[in-house]
Amino acid sequence: MKSSRRRFLKIAGISALGLGAKPVLDVLASSSETAAPKTTKGDNVLSAKRWGMVIDTRKLQSEEDLEPMIEICDKIHNIPKFENKNHEIKWLWAEEFKHEFPMQEPDFLDDRLKHMSFLTLCNHCEKPPCVRVCPTKATFKREDGIVLMDFHRCIGCRFCMAACPYGSRSFNFRDPRPFIKETDPNFPTRTKGVVEKCNFCAERLAVGKIPACVEVSKGALTFGDLDDPESEVRKVLRSNYTIRRKPALGTGPSVFYIV
Amino acid sequence: MLEKALTGTKKYYGWMTALLAVIGVGFACYLWQFSFGLGITGMSRDVSWGFYIAQFTFLVGVAASAVMVVLPYYLHNYKAFGRITILGEFLAVASVTMCILFIFVDLGQPTRVVNVLLHPTPNSILFWDMIVLNGYLLLNIVIGWKVLEAERNNVAPAGWLKPLIYLSIPWAVSIHTVTAYLYCGLPGRGFWLTAILAPRFLSSAFAAGPAFLILLCMIVRKLSKFDPGKEQIQSLAKVVAYAITVNVFFFLCEVFVVFYSNIPEHMDHLKYLFVGLHGHGVLVPWMWTSMILMVVSIILLVNPVTRKNETVLVVACITVFVGTWIDKGLGMISGGFVPNPLHHVNEYVPTLPEILIAIAIWAIGFLVLTALFKIAVTIKEEVAGLA
Amino acid sequence: MMPNKKQMYDKGKVVIGLCILVALMTFPFWFNLGKAAPPPDPKLSEKAKAAKECVMPKAYMTSEHMQLLNEWRDTVVRDGKRIFVNSSGKKFNMSLSSTCLDCHTDKAEFCDKCHNYASVTPYCWDCHIDPKEAK
Repeated sequence: MKSSRRRFLKIAGISALGLGAKPVLDVLASSSETAAPKTTKGDNVLSAKRWGMVIDTRKLQSEEDLEPMIEICDKIHNIPKFENKNHEIKWLWAEEFKHEFPMQEPDFLDDRLKHMSFLTLCNHCEKPPCVRVCPTKATFKREDGIVLMDFHRCIGCRFCMAACPYGSRSFNFRDPRPFIKETDPNFPTRTKGVVEKCNFCAERLAVGKIPACVEVSKGALTFGDLDDPESEVRKVLRSNYTIRRKPALGTGPSVFYIV
Repeated sequence: MLEKALTGTKKYYGWMTALLAVIGVGFACYLWQFSFGLGITGMSRDVSWGFYIAQFTFLVGVAASAVMVVLPYYLHNYKAFGRITILGEFLAVASVTMCILFIFVDLGQPTRVVNVLLHPTPNSILFWDMIVLNGYLLLNIVIGWKVLEAERNNVAPAGWLKPLIYLSIPWAVSIHTVTAYLYCGLPGRGFWLTAILAPRFLSSAFAAGPAFLILLCMIVRKLSKFDPGKEQIQSLAKVVAYAITVNVFFFLCEVFVVFYSNIPEHMDHLKYLFVGLHGHGVLVPWMWTSMILMVVSIILLVNPVTRKNETVLVVACITVFVGTWIDKGLGMISGGFVPNPLHHVNEYVPTLPEILIAIAIWAIGFLVLTALFKIAVTIKEEVAGLA
Repeated sequence: MMPNKKQMYDKGKVVIGLCILVALMTFPFWFNLGKAAPPPDPKLSEKAKAAKECVMPKAYMTSEHMQLLNEWRDTVVRDGKRIFVNSSGKKFNMSLSSTCLDCHTDKAEFCDKCHNYASVTPYCWDCHIDPKEAK
């Protein structure tokens, strides 16, 4: 009995392999017969080797000055507004000096800086710790320096949130759609369970527009290629003293503040 | 051998049924979490890892502690431990199972978990964590099962098991080191950015795991005809004594470094945990309890008179386990996230559904542990002619 | 010499169990007898009919539109390229909401018809906005 049952199973197994081989090979062998389609960037795309931003805090005094920038970012990116502060999602927001630059606050800070609101956002670091820790490369650094999120790939492990030294990242603790005031159809919403943050308006750069916050900043924000010595942003950096957040950590932030 | 887990006393069936009921409740909560999102937990934008990851961190330690039984027996021929290596290995299996489940319930998009395999990222420590955890699980299942089977058949274990057993020794150390490396390489989290985190994890693991194993041995002794042995328990107790002492010493090193250097950003985290910060201090009573428990356990375990008294030993093991659980399972995560990188204090407290899901996973661990121990103990009873 | 008498233990229970198993396994077939759903009938919108040609040939799109969308999303998000040039040289913006749904304006009459029939629920719409709904 043993040997015949074993024989039967052997024959059945080999037959299954044999029957299954052809369809599998067919699928593997078949490739698209059409002429290979191509993908390119748009003609008016803005490109750079390393995008960066300079925020001139001399032109932005109060929280009201920051409102247009924060509002436009929230609007065009479908940022939800939650009552529960635990679930809050913010890409661009305001902080005081002692929170923006925690280890750099001198004892007798001048009055202007002490009460000023600072624009806070992802620094799109040169050596981002969040990219280093992401297990799926859902957070990745593009060739133009923007640290971008692939919302399709994110598994929601939130390792990037633990790694970010600046608290720039938010997590979707629940479905954001009911909490979006006015849905902008030109940008997708996100879904529960993924992390998000400022994307330097990559979708606008792709069609030749500068980031929305820069556009409405009335010149307070300068955006450009840090790798191009002749760019506007480099000129501003050459002629003004700037500080960055937690520079000693070696992350290489691309957002500078003129104080 | 699996059939031995399906038969038992009334108490056995009752215990397993009770565990299944607990698992059912937690599973229902998880279904709610799956449809609503992680918003049903107490986690927030600032404290983005909470109870689930804390339990995972603690249990990786318990899993690694199997090495404390395997190493003396296989590398140094300490024959006494031969009686209980299987118990250590099966404890490791149950613990790693719980670890993997805790990670799974913590994911925001669990259906995409395969992405970690489809897009391997060696620079991410989470990638290595997945590898070492699953590898360790497989090692312990194979080794435990085959060695037990050989014992039942009264033959020497197969030769190819030896290299696997030797591999499991550094592998055990690696699982907890890699888990520590998840935390101690993050530049923005000063509380975790310390070289002593991995050693501290290991010392606390080698205290908690063997302590729990001692308690399990005593339960086995009480509920079955197999006696793990007085000498074995005492040897384990000595391991726990030194491990918990080293753990507290490492912690005191941290305290010195932080407070003698007087760097405000570093002091803030320990201050939050032990005296509260800016009016927030929900963990303060817990942390002091943990410290007191750990010091008490050192006194009870280092002193041979109290250690040799098995009743006192039970108390000491419980204090070790609870103390280290609070330290790793509650204090470590919140301590790292509070205050946040912008020096805001937002506290974290787990919610009821979150706790119920966590308890359900512990129940699954206990289910696996009970079944495996039932198999191992029944076989040992049979082999010794005691059944 | 093999024994002549072959014995099946618990014959009654096994046969009952087998009957229940077969009934459960064939449930979809006998339960849905006579209730065959009509084949899906997706309706092209006016704009789609006028365009005559989709991004890729119809046969390809019918069987592989999800694969195309997957390639598009990786190319747009990860490579930063947004223009798709098909084999006839025609250029398209790689966007589900603003290209595909710009032509196939009625998701319920087109996409959902086949998806509902095949019991497929793509989660694209959790994030990507149907322009019709947003208005």
